Amino acid sequence: MEFAFSDEQQMIAETAQAFFTQNATSTRTRAAMAGDGIDRDLWRYFCQDLGFAGIAIGEDLGGAGLGLVELAIIAEAAGAQVAALPMLGSLLQVAPAIAAGGSDAQQAEWLPALLSGETIAAYVEVSDLRVEGQLLTGTSRFVTHGAAADLLLVTNGEGAWLVRADTPGVTVTTQTSLDQTRPFARVELDQVAAEALADPAGGLACAYRTALVGIAAEALGGAQSCLDRTVDYSKERIQFGRPIGSFQAYKHRLADMMIEIEQARSAVYWAACALDEEAPDAPLALHAAKSFATDTYFRCAGDMIQLHGGIGFTWEHDAHLFFKRARSLQTMLGNGDWHRERIASMILGEAA
Amino acid sequence: MKLGFSREDELFRQECADWLNGQMAGEFRDIKGVTKLTGSPQRRKEWEQQLAAHRWSCIGWPEQWGGRNATLSQQVIFAEEYARAGVPGRVNHIGIELAGPTILTFGTEEQKQRFLPDIAAGKTIFCQGFSEPNAGSDLAGVRTKARLEDGEWVVNGQKIWTSLAHISDWIFVVTRTEEGSQGPKGLSFLMMPIDQPGIEIRGIRQINGDAEFNETFFTDARCPADSLIGAVGDGWKIAMGLLAFERGVSTLGQQMGFRNELDEIIAAAKANGAAQNPLIRQRIARAEIGLRLMRYGALRMLSQTDNSRMDGAALTYKIQWATWRRSLGELAMDVLGQEGEISPYSEYEWDTLPNLFLFSRADTIYGGTNQIQRNLIAERGLGLPREPRWTS
Repeated sequence: MEFAFSDEQQMIAETAQAFFTQNATSTRTRAAMAGDGIDRDLWRYFCQDLGFAGIAIGEDLGGAGLGLVELAIIAEAAGAQVAALPMLGSLLQVAPAIAAGGSDAQQAEWLPALLSGETIAAYVEVSDLRVEGQLLTGTSRFVTHGAAADLLLVTNGEGAWLVRADTPGVTVTTQTSLDQTRPFARVELDQVAAEALADPAGGLACAYRTALVGIAAEALGGAQSCLDRTVDYSKERIQFGRPIGSFQAYKHRLADMMIEIEQARSAVYWAACALDEEAPDAPLALHAAKSFATDTYFRCAGDMIQLHGGIGFTWEHDAHLFFKRARSLQTMLGNGDWHRERIASMILGEAA
Repeated sequence: MKLGFSREDELFRQECADWLNGQMAGEFRDIKGVTKLTGSPQRRKEWEQQLAAHRWSCIGWPEQWGGRNATLSQQVIFAEEYARAGVPGRVNHIGIELAGPTILTFGTEEQKQRFLPDIAAGKTIFCQGFSEPNAGSDLAGVRTKARLEDGEWVVNGQKIWTSLAHISDWIFVVTRTEEGSQGPKGLSFLMMPIDQPGIEIRGIRQINGDAEFNETFFTDARCPADSLIGAVGDGWKIAMGLLAFERGVSTLGQQMGFRNELDEIIAAAKANGAAQNPLIRQRIARAEIGLRLMRYGALRMLSQTDNSRMDGAALTYKIQWATWRRSLGELAMDVLGQEGEISPYSEYEWDTLPNLFLFSRADTIYGGTNQIQRNLIAERGLGLPREPRWTS
């Protein structure tokens, strides 16, 4: 038992933090927000030069063969800068689904392009999907980075199919979205020819846990950033002749943020580590991490605006990027209440 | 990063569990499940001695002083199995977790010889004399005085909130040894035997009706000159060092006690139908999450190799568990409804859950109030400007 980063993990963390801090700047993120929510240069460099794209994908499939702890480290660093990357759909959902549930041919066809960043994938969940042979019909309005996607993984929660975005019958419409660093698209499928994933259950399960760990870690990074930036501000901003960070009403609020964030940190790495070790408490850990870390992020982002005063409410300040990402992560893949109800069911049995 | 335990560790776990369960089913079955600190004090002193006789008393200590040189993982395992077996809390926890480590760190060879074997053996029960009526959160404001006279320290003054003083053999006290000094300067750290005419102990009744803590009065109380830990004037440094020991492995054992409390709430909720209330379900889930995060926070804290500074997990631990437990007490009452407001006893005495509700109001006060914790976190963890304090 040693619940601390190894030297190698520490090195990955430092590399990732340096990379995102230097490159995922506010200026670049805002340029991406004005477009399709992707900083293409950042994406290319992230995938091809750093080689972090396939961090938790097996070496035989072209990945780095590391685990969810290392993936969480990367997602945390990306979240700290609200990086405008299609990481969620491409790397946290579709690539793991294909790696865990794809046939050899599907893996060979898609994984190299996904990991190099040349292909961008999106995850399309349609609860009332109509399946006629290999033809799919249905609509989702909440497909992250859907407008930029080359490949769609369509699922109704049981089956999973691969669909090229340029297949006839696919219509993708950009939606004006709260979080412009991860905009939603409406994806309509009208009798679209699709290829079934070889093992949908295995693929979807892997996508689910990878995405939840990634989202929770991203939230942790974002929350820590909200705190760090507010602390910096509180030391510079002078009112009543002293730094506002010297006022106890202000200090205590920052302390409360740190108390939540430290618990979120425990939650994220407990979940990642428990999943890597296939520990019996891994399912509980996953629900705990998702709900706790994203709720913490939202609270910290809200506090960031409050504690910055008027400047925190401006478009110019980055506080709203965190605030909007936080709100979006809270709802993504089940909100806090939903995940806590899953935990309640584990402890108390299903509600009558 | 690794959460699992090795095969050797799991064997050790089995050894701990076997011994503890054997004791709780055998000779010491009468104290199994006793939760209150004041319950069956004599039997629990005997239990301390039984632990020591089998070298389970202070397993993290060096073998020389009755320990086992146990690894961190082994200490974690023992703490968990100890609580899982329903073994009552250590009546000498102040001795083994605070006084002992303080003597190990700051004591002379002679002091180690004199105190450590008896602490480990459960023969010397310690209590802590820090707070005074006018020195609470501002501990450096202590006024209890000590002076050297004929090769003895002579102590006058008053301590308060001295938990378990009435069943203890020794007390360590922070005293002012420099006449006219103020704040953290001029303080010294003394070990004093309690059974003497100069020390008087009066119980203080708490909101739950129990009396675990006391007022302790010193009127020309005495101890030998070599009862001083460190040098004259080192009192503040040693007191602060001691407080750091509070974040040790014992926190995991404490958490197992919390586990039992939460389990009791869960059982009550299932039995009375509260478990069907979606709002209660959310709160139970939150409590479960909070407890798990406490465990992993503690493991992070214990896994930290650089102990020269407290990391975020260590700094936030006290307020985290205290606030969690206070909420747990409130949850317990919401689950129980009015049933929680009547006691089966004729005395003003409470079963576990109502007692939890009442006692947990103290958790966010003792050992540094939540307000003080937030100051510490903001100043040490976030580097914010410091509050006004004693200038030296």
